[in-house]
Amino acid sequence: MAKQLYYEDVDAGTEITPVAKIATSRMLVQWAGASGDFNPLHYEDDFAKAMGVGAPIVHGALKRAWLGQLMTDWIGEQGVLKKLSCQYRGMDYPRKMKTMEEPHDGETWWCKGKVTKKYEESGEHLVECEIWVENGKGDKTTPGAALVALPSRGKK
Amino acid sequence: MAEGSIITDELKKLIGVSGEPITFKVEEGAIQRYAQAIGDPNPLFNDIENASKNKYGRLICPPGFTGWPIKGGISVFKLVDSLIKAGAPTRLLDGGVEFEFLEPIGAGDVLTATTKIASITERETKMGKTMFTTVETTFVNQKKKVALKSRSTLIQF
Repeated sequence: MAKQLYYEDVDAGTEITPVAKIATSRMLVQWAGASGDFNPLHYEDDFAKAMGVGAPIVHGALKRAWLGQLMTDWIGEQGVLKKLSCQYRGMDYPRKMKTMEEPHDGETWWCKGKVTKKYEESGEHLVECEIWVENGKGDKTTPGAALVALPSRGKK
Repeated sequence: MAEGSIITDELKKLIGVSGEPITFKVEEGAIQRYAQAIGDPNPLFNDIENASKNKYGRLICPPGFTGWPIKGGISVFKLVDSLIKAGAPTRLLDGGVEFEFLEPIGAGDVLTATTKIASITERETKMGKTMFTTVETTFVNQKKKVALKSRSTLIQF
């Protein structure tokens, strides 16, 4: 993890350190097991077609979890994530696997964000952020927002 | 009921209804497997051996671990069943979620989740007549403190 981020290090417009992700059919299986979401929408072609999405799609909750990582990586151990929200606006389709470990070539997703506002309230140093998951075409399929409390250099 | 509305009278009766509370223990291995599935190597969520030395003194859950569709989701699923029995469309997508984190949640915590149907609305989308249900889940920990609140949107068409 990166060094600790402080309230004084950020301002409106500050970019959150981006996180790259590659969704694969294998990752979706792993996510289904770990999250307990066994909806066939995420692994069965015919079912996904019948649902009108064309092919198995990436779980919205997995993209949300990526956004969680974007924030917890950035705020470090001393930061506190207070709110996180996102909307599943666009479908994302995982890369298929070429070998047991390696996916085929294809798109890479980026979790990104920027600071929209910072303020002090009830002794806390709060930072509001706009966050999103962007697909290989640059579309924001999963826009969201986060609120974090950061440590301050001026106050222990 | 407005003409052509898909929100039946039975569905209207479910607005404001809470499901049965569900109690579960947060397990260390489950946290680790969840972090691995995200591809998140953060030691706070992975390092069982050194967890007692971190800021929280235990392995911590990645944000959203307890939300839809993990255990807290079970109470949501039960409500989805009741929505479908009341005439809601059966094709279901997850529309999005809002989390408010109020207390750290980590290994060994015992949480009780209660889900309420907050609202049901409908509008025409490219999938046709589509129903939007907002469900709110409150997670109370073993110290009787509210640890997490979540609001999810279910899309049915």
